[in-house]
Amino acid sequence: MSMETAEPARDAARDARRPGATSTGRLARLLALVPYVVNRDAVALDEAAAAFGVTEKQLIDDLNMLWCVELRAPDPYCPIDLSYEGGEITVTEAESIARPLRLKADEAAALLVALRMLAGLPELHDRDALSRLIAKLEAAAGAAAQAAGKVAVEVVETRGDTLARLRAAVGGRRRVHLTYYVPTRDENTERDVDPMRLLVVEGTTYLEGWCRRAEAVRLFRLDRITDLAVLDVPADVPDEAEPIDVDAGLFRPSPQDEAVTLELTPRGRWVADSYPCESVTELGEGRLRVVLRTPDTRWVRALALRLGDQGRVVAPAALAGAVRDDAARALARYDIA
Amino acid sequence: MSRRKTERLLNLVVCLLATRRYLTAEQIRRAVPGYPDGDEAFKRMFERDKEELRELGVPLEVGSDASGGGGEEIGYRIPPQAYELPEIHLSPDEAAVLGLAARVWQRASMADAASGALLKLRAAGVETDVPTAVGVEPRVDTGDPAFAPLWEAVRDGRPVTFEYQGVGRTHGARRHLEPWGVVSRRGRWYVVGHDRDRGEPRVFRLSRISGPVRPDGPAGSVVVPDGADVRAIAFGQDDPSAEPRPATVRLRSGAAQGPRRWARDVRPVGDGWDEGVLTFRDLDRFAPYLARFAADVVVLDPPDLRDAVIGHLKSVLASNETAGAGSAGAGSGGAGEGR
Repeated sequence: MSMETAEPARDAARDARRPGATSTGRLARLLALVPYVVNRDAVALDEAAAAFGVTEKQLIDDLNMLWCVELRAPDPYCPIDLSYEGGEITVTEAESIARPLRLKADEAAALLVALRMLAGLPELHDRDALSRLIAKLEAAAGAAAQAAGKVAVEVVETRGDTLARLRAAVGGRRRVHLTYYVPTRDENTERDVDPMRLLVVEGTTYLEGWCRRAEAVRLFRLDRITDLAVLDVPADVPDEAEPIDVDAGLFRPSPQDEAVTLELTPRGRWVADSYPCESVTELGEGRLRVVLRTPDTRWVRALALRLGDQGRVVAPAALAGAVRDDAARALARYDIA
Repeated sequence: MSRRKTERLLNLVVCLLATRRYLTAEQIRRAVPGYPDGDEAFKRMFERDKEELRELGVPLEVGSDASGGGGEEIGYRIPPQAYELPEIHLSPDEAAVLGLAARVWQRASMADAASGALLKLRAAGVETDVPTAVGVEPRVDTGDPAFAPLWEAVRDGRPVTFEYQGVGRTHGARRHLEPWGVVSRRGRWYVVGHDRDRGEPRVFRLSRISGPVRPDGPAGSVVVPDGADVRAIAFGQDDPSAEPRPATVRLRSGAAQGPRRWARDVRPVGDGWDEGVLTFRDLDRFAPYLARFAADVVVLDPPDLRDAVIGHLKSVLASNETAGAGSAGAGSGGAGEGR
């Protein structure tokens, strides 16, 4: 039931783990560690270790390294004095590195580009906090903030009030009923969903929730929700419902899926950009052979119908036959066979 | 990085931050433990160390002050005001938004940069583990291999060259670009800049760049014209000037759910069919879209759309004719690659 709060905590831990892994990462951590303690007067070892995403043993090694900083000339001089006795870190002297290092252009951009993208989200409740934060970060980053203006991420606008109503449903932990369009089958489906969170992945907004029809966690694209009713029933997300790891990719083919081979003309090359392909082979003269894996070949039939002379189904042969039949039946409607 | 190297670099930073005057290489060698005895070995190691510090974003100032012990000789120092992150205080609501922003990036380059920024802000006293109020969590993927080198080129104002194959092209071509900006829409990344081969602004989709993106000129040599709107250049031409037109279509009852979602005036006309009106702009895009619904959609009007859909369906038949054995039962002999 606590998906909304559990997820950020897990992500934060994952994010904090990264800096130490890169080559200059440890030095960056060491330079941040002293000001981190100085700004908090005293910090417990376990708390600092968690904040930097390292073990207590690693942290103690860091502290020892800082304590051992020694300049031999002009006089032997130990500029840093600290202690971690009794499991509590205190820094009594560290004049030169008591402040953290400035943000790099990459660091400023990573935050500012993300924040400006957030500002593009409709229905953002904290627009005021967002503008204040952007201003503060720009001021703190100084010149490093300039390059951030050269990267922009657009967020797709959702029409109507679907997003606002779903946000309210997530916040109020209410079950929703969706009429949901499934384009691969060209079907509208009816389902009750216990909402977990709202996500924007690859520029598209999704509702993640426990689908009571599938009895599993599912993602629903907001632009495919044909009809939405917020029910007067509390959401009941089972304990076993795990948020989908969207960072691992939304599309994960299973080995049981059927392999479909398409051959594309130069004008059909967009297919390789738009769909996750298992393999893409250049055939010369701009032609491509792609292999897709899918649990349901109906959408490949639809894709082949859209492609026209831009591509054809090579395998399985039965699928190519089905595409021909689809086209022939469609032409029969125009009295042309 | 080895422990000894980390230790040496840490000492070097502390030493250069503590000094007010410029320290010569020799003075640094004497002050900082861990440098080798040989002159050449020291020189090489010191050069690498300086490079490491620059990569880390440490502002290394090079100069000389006659009054110092170094005389006219070139020395180094780190000016604290250039090194230090200015004071920053965030209210809890700002910190919550910061946490959300830091989780946006899905892949290494930008995700690492965001973590690095958080580390520094945390060190400055900002509490970053403020739980986010229920909202929308955006994720942005920068999976295109061309993203990192293009971002660096844009950041540093450096021209680049790469191999590019647009849709409809039979071959890739080497392109030379002064990049102005990188933009994303619907999860797809584009780079915009001055195309040196065409002599005008152009847009390139990152997924269609093959092979490495290489520097093609010095950093700082790209000048972004005043008022150049990168987003408008990237997405502006997407908008066809064609007027919207109505199309009358038949939709098989209970089918063609896709077009029904935005059709107007849908009414049953008997024999298991409904009739409705759809609006379209671009015939070349709309005809294939309708063809996708096969025998569930029939175009009645306008005639040019009707003809386009018929033509498109015929091309589907022709394209898939050579695909070998099908339900038609004709021998698949030959299996010649028709196209």
